[in-house]
Amino acid sequence: MTTTVETPRVPSSHAERASAAGPLSRLRWAVVDGWVMTGRNMRHVIRSPEEIVLYFSLPIMFVLVFGYVFGSGMAVPGDGSYREFLLPGVFVMTMLYGLGATASQIAVDAGRGVVDRFRSLPMARSAPLTGRAGADLLRALLELAVLVVCGLLVGWRWRNGVGDAVAAVGLILLLRLALTWLGILLGLLVPNPDTVSVIVFPLAFPLTALSNVFVAPELLPEWLGAIAAWNPLSATVAAARDLFGNPGIGGESWAAQHALLLAAGWPVLLIAVTAPLAVRRYQRLSS
Amino acid sequence: MTDETSAVVARGLRKTYGRTAALDGFDLTVPRGTVCGLLGPNGAGKTTAVRVLTTLLRFDAGHARVAGHDVTRHPERVRAAIGLTGQYAAVDETLSGRQNLVLFGRLRHLPPRTVRRRADELLDQFGLTDVAGRSAGTYSGGMRRRLDLAASLITTPQVLFLDEPTTGLDPRSRNGLWEAVRTLVADGTTVLLTTQYLEEADQLADRVSVVDAGRVVAEGTSAELKTRSGADRIELVVRDAGQLPAAAGLVERVTGGPVRVDREIRRLSAPVTDRITALAELLRALRDAGIAVEDVVLRRPTLDAAFLHLTGGHPGGARTEVAA
Ligand SMILES: Nc1ncnc2c1ncn2[C@@H]1O[C@H](COP(=O)(O)OP(=O)(O)O)[C@@H](O)[C@H]1O
Ligand SMILES: [Mg+2]
Repeated sequence: MTTTVETPRVPSSHAERASAAGPLSRLRWAVVDGWVMTGRNMRHVIRSPEEIVLYFSLPIMFVLVFGYVFGSGMAVPGDGSYREFLLPGVFVMTMLYGLGATASQIAVDAGRGVVDRFRSLPMARSAPLTGRAGADLLRALLELAVLVVCGLLVGWRWRNGVGDAVAAVGLILLLRLALTWLGILLGLLVPNPDTVSVIVFPLAFPLTALSNVFVAPELLPEWLGAIAAWNPLSATVAAARDLFGNPGIGGESWAAQHALLLAAGWPVLLIAVTAPLAVRRYQRLSS
Repeated sequence: MTDETSAVVARGLRKTYGRTAALDGFDLTVPRGTVCGLLGPNGAGKTTAVRVLTTLLRFDAGHARVAGHDVTRHPERVRAAIGLTGQYAAVDETLSGRQNLVLFGRLRHLPPRTVRRRADELLDQFGLTDVAGRSAGTYSGGMRRRLDLAASLITTPQVLFLDEPTTGLDPRSRNGLWEAVRTLVADGTTVLLTTQYLEEADQLADRVSVVDAGRVVAEGTSAELKTRSGADRIELVVRDAGQLPAAAGLVERVTGGPVRVDREIRRLSAPVTDRITALAELLRALRDAGIAVEDVVLRRPTLDAAFLHLTGGHPGGARTEVAA
C-alpha cells in the first residue's frame, strides 16, 4: 500500500441521484443491475470450466438412456417414433433438473461474505436474484442447444417451420425461468446449502414420472392420466410437441386441449408467486 | 452540532438476539468531517452498531440517521452515501481483484469507462496492481482487506464505516490505511471506525466513544478520556535513599495526595491536579531543603488505563494487546 493516497475523483452524489429517482428509473436500474449480476455469475462459470462440462453431460445422458434403453418398449399414440415423442419431454426434464443447481448456487452465494457488500450498495434489491435467473437462463439456452444437436443426431426433427420451433423453445425457457425462481426461493429457505440437492430430487422425480414426458397420459390409468395432464410440465411438453410437430399430442382432457394456454399460464403464475417471496426473503437474510 | 447536520446520529438503538442485547440504548453523534472511534472489547456491540447504521441489520427500537437520511425509511439513500468495510472482507472470492472493483462500481451505477479508470486507480493506490488479475480467493488476508477497503472507496463516501479495519494487517499496511483515512477526512469524509486497538483510536480519532455491553459508556477526545479515568501523577527519583522520608513529606505537602514510596529504586509518586504548578513548587521546595533529585516526570494515564477504568476493568482478550 502506498502511503500517499490520491483524492478519489468520483463523488457519491452521482449514485445518490441514481437511487433517488422515480419508479421508471428504478425499473431501468433493476434491469441494468440484474444484467451486471448476470455477468458476474457468468464470470464465475468461466472461472470453473469443469462446470460447463457438467452442464452438458446430464442432458446428453437423458437422451441416450431414455431414447435407447427405455425407448425400445414404449408405444406412442398415433404410431410416431418414440424418440421424436421423447425429445420435447427431455428438453423440459432438463429444465426441471436445472432447478437443483439454481437452488444450491443461490444457497452457497447467500452464505458468502460478499452478500454484505451487495446489501450495502445502492443497487436494486432484486439484482442478486435476477442476476442468478439471468445466468441460469443463459445456461438453459446452452443446454437446449446441446439437446437440439443431440436430438437431430438421433432422428428428432421440427416439422412446422422455424417460427413455431422458436416459439416452442421460448415456452420451454419460460418454464425454466419459473423453475429458476422456485429454485431461488428454495435455495433461500433451506438452512444449509448441502441439503438442497437432497430436497430437490424427491420433488423433481415424481413430477417427471407423473407427466407426459415418457408416456402419453391417455395410456395411463385414468386417475394417473388426469394428474399427468394437469401437471405444469405436461403443458409445456404438449405445447412443445405441438409446435415442433412431434407425435403424441392430443387427448380428451381440457388441459390437453389448452396446452398452449397452460404452458404460458403456469410459469407466469409460478413467477408471480415465487419471485416476490424470494426477493423479500433475500432482503431479510441475516438481519 | 445539531442532529440535522451530524453525519451519524443514533438514539436509543436496541437490538436483541434472543436474550442477548447486542445494542442496549446505544447513542452516538458524529459531526461531519470528523473521525469517531468506537472502542470496545470483543462482544461490546461495535459490529452490530455498524451493521445497523449501514442498513444491513434491522433493529428493535430507537432511530438512526446517516448522512441526513433515516436508515429505516430511506435505506437506499443511506447506501448511496456511505462506504463500508466490514469486519470480514466482503469481496467476491471467485472474481479477480479488478473484476471485483468493476462489479461494485457498476452496481454503484457509474458509467463503465469511469469504473474501469477508477478500478485501476484504486488497485494502484492500494498496491494491488500486480495481483489485479488473480482471483481474490488466492489473496492473503492483508491483500483481501485492502481490496475490501478499495471497494468502499470507489465513489468518495460521505460517511465511511470501518469495522476493525486493521485487524490482521501488517504494520506497514496499517500505516498505509491510516494515511488513507486521514486523506479522506481532509477531503471532508466522515469516518466511523471501530477498533479494539487503543493505539488506533488514539492515532486517528478526533473523538472516541467507549462501547461496553451495547451502549456508549464514555465519550470524548482521547485526552479527555485519559484525564477522566484518573489524575496525572508526578514521579521523582532522589539521589540519596536516606533523604526519602524528607522528600516524601515535601511531596505530600505540595500535592496534598497520598504518596507512594518505592524504596528499591528511590522513587516517589503522587497524584496531582494542577500539574505544572505542582511541578514548579515541588522542585523549589526540594532545592530549598537541599534534596538532590535524579529524575522528575509528569505522567498522564494511558488510554489503556482509561479504557480498563471505563469498561469496569473486566479482562478482555484484546484489551491488553496494545499499549497506548
Ligand atoms: N447474529 C447473532 N446472533 C446472536 N448473537 C449475536 C449475533 N451477532 C452478535 N451477537 C451478539 O451480540 C453481542 C455484540 O456482538 P458484536 O456487535 O459482534 O460485538 P463486537 O463487534 O463489539 O465484538 C455479542 O454478545 C454477540 O455474541
Ligand atoms: Mg465486531
